[in-house]
Amino acid sequence: MLKDVSLGQYLPGKSVIHRMDPRLKLILTVGFIVVLFLAKGICAYALCLAALLLVIRVAKIGLPYILRSIRPLIFIILFTAIINLFYTPGDPLVSFWIFSISAEGVRTAIFMALRILMLITGTFVLLNYTTSPIMLTDGIEQLLGPLKKLHMPVHELAMMMTIALRFIPTLIEETDKIMSAQKARGADFESGSIIRRAKALVPILVPLFVSAFRRADELAVAMECRCYRGSEGRTRLRTLKMQRHDWLCLAVGIVLGTAVLLCSFFLP
Amino acid sequence: MEMIRTEQLQYNYRADSLHPALNGVSVSIRKGEFVAVLGHNGSGKSTFAKHLNAILLPSGGAVYVQGMDTRDEKLLYNIRQRVGMVFQNPDNQIVASLVEEDVAFAPENLGVPQAEIRARVDAALEAVGMSKYRDRATYQLSGGQKQRVAIAGIIAMQPECVVLDEPTAMLDPHGRRSVMRAIHAMNRELGITVVLITHHMNEAVGADRVLVMTEGRCVLDGTPREVFAREDVLKAAGLTVPQALAFIHALRDAGIDIDTNVLTEDECASALYDVLKKHGY
Repeated sequence: MLKDVSLGQYLPGKSVIHRMDPRLKLILTVGFIVVLFLAKGICAYALCLAALLLVIRVAKIGLPYILRSIRPLIFIILFTAIINLFYTPGDPLVSFWIFSISAEGVRTAIFMALRILMLITGTFVLLNYTTSPIMLTDGIEQLLGPLKKLHMPVHELAMMMTIALRFIPTLIEETDKIMSAQKARGADFESGSIIRRAKALVPILVPLFVSAFRRADELAVAMECRCYRGSEGRTRLRTLKMQRHDWLCLAVGIVLGTAVLLCSFFLP
Repeated sequence: MEMIRTEQLQYNYRADSLHPALNGVSVSIRKGEFVAVLGHNGSGKSTFAKHLNAILLPSGGAVYVQGMDTRDEKLLYNIRQRVGMVFQNPDNQIVASLVEEDVAFAPENLGVPQAEIRARVDAALEAVGMSKYRDRATYQLSGGQKQRVAIAGIIAMQPECVVLDEPTAMLDPHGRRSVMRAIHAMNRELGITVVLITHHMNEAVGADRVLVMTEGRCVLDGTPREVFAREDVLKAAGLTVPQALAFIHALRDAGIDIDTNVLTEDECASALYDVLKKHGY
């Protein structure tokens, strides 16, 4: 089970969202975040929510997954909402001792919580759940391509990500093996205080690091044997190309984004 | 035609070392040959292998790949493209998460056009019998399958020679057989010269030629039949003879008159059959 980490939270599928060009997905996600922060008013928020529900529907992502993505952030959402509830100035609705809640406070709190919720759900559905890490790496490499002219090591960063993803299952397997070996010699990882348990991890981390460096060394030699010499003159097995459905998605994205912005500026 | 030639090849891991890892190795490997290099741990066989595609450069003497001196830095990628290398641990030589992406790595590095990369990847996976697994994640494969993907990754580079440094050492018997099949197919069907570094006698039996190394020298060079007849030299090098031959030798030493010109299990069986028939069974 642990080995599936390398796929992240990717849920394989064949929907339009899954097949969308990863570059477009990255751009749309950024666009979505920007629009979300510019949105004002009930109409604009309703439209954002509707758009988000549409995307979830098309991608066929189940509710449990959405809830799972939100759960770790519940605390931050509540915290932000409560702070906004008490600290937004305005006519006090109820007040006791030094606390007072205003009507504006309630409004801001609700909108703030909704905004964060939609932000998380949107990025998870568009990127984490429907894009494989390999596609994402390819997308990032090609989107950042122009930065190569500024001597940004774009290809090297993408290669590092690819290799890191490739080695996650290998290293997890190795960690398992080392843990078993240490347990067989009487190591105890499960009892004692936090500090004690952290200390117990040292005999796992040291051999893991030693082996990781040895692997890195061997991999480097193997890559040299296969004529690796950076991005110069390199071609690709797969290149990303915008398909018809990609252009369609882009158009839908632009229309929805514009609609939300129009709502926030011209409707109350 | 000559593929690789080494002349009085010497190598020291440390400059002040009294025991050089290689101490004057001169061999010539012809194109299309299947050469097995046998040796005990520390005999210098892996060091020798690493000289064949300029991973290591000689401390003394020289290595020529199709006439190109490995010390010439300008020729480095020409040499590496012609002589591919497969290592012991398949986990540490696979670069990408997907099988076909990994096989495409070398052609991508060489700047091969996209359509041709696709064709090369398909052909290479076919050659090692891994076509079915092209879309799989590499970590889901067994050891033998990973090693065959690693071999496909080298074949896709279209080398003329492949050096394999104990490619089966970490595999189970099943994986070992599948990898050996792939190596022999590569040699026979694609005409690629193979240099197989191993300490499994049985793997050397199928080679055209066997080199035996000990203490940084090449002490035997000949066909498997010639080499395995020299049990004394092999023993001194810390090696044994193939199982079938060891069995026949044991019978001979027990006083049974038996044909000792045996290498494979089949030959062993027929030699036994002859003995039994002679005694009227």
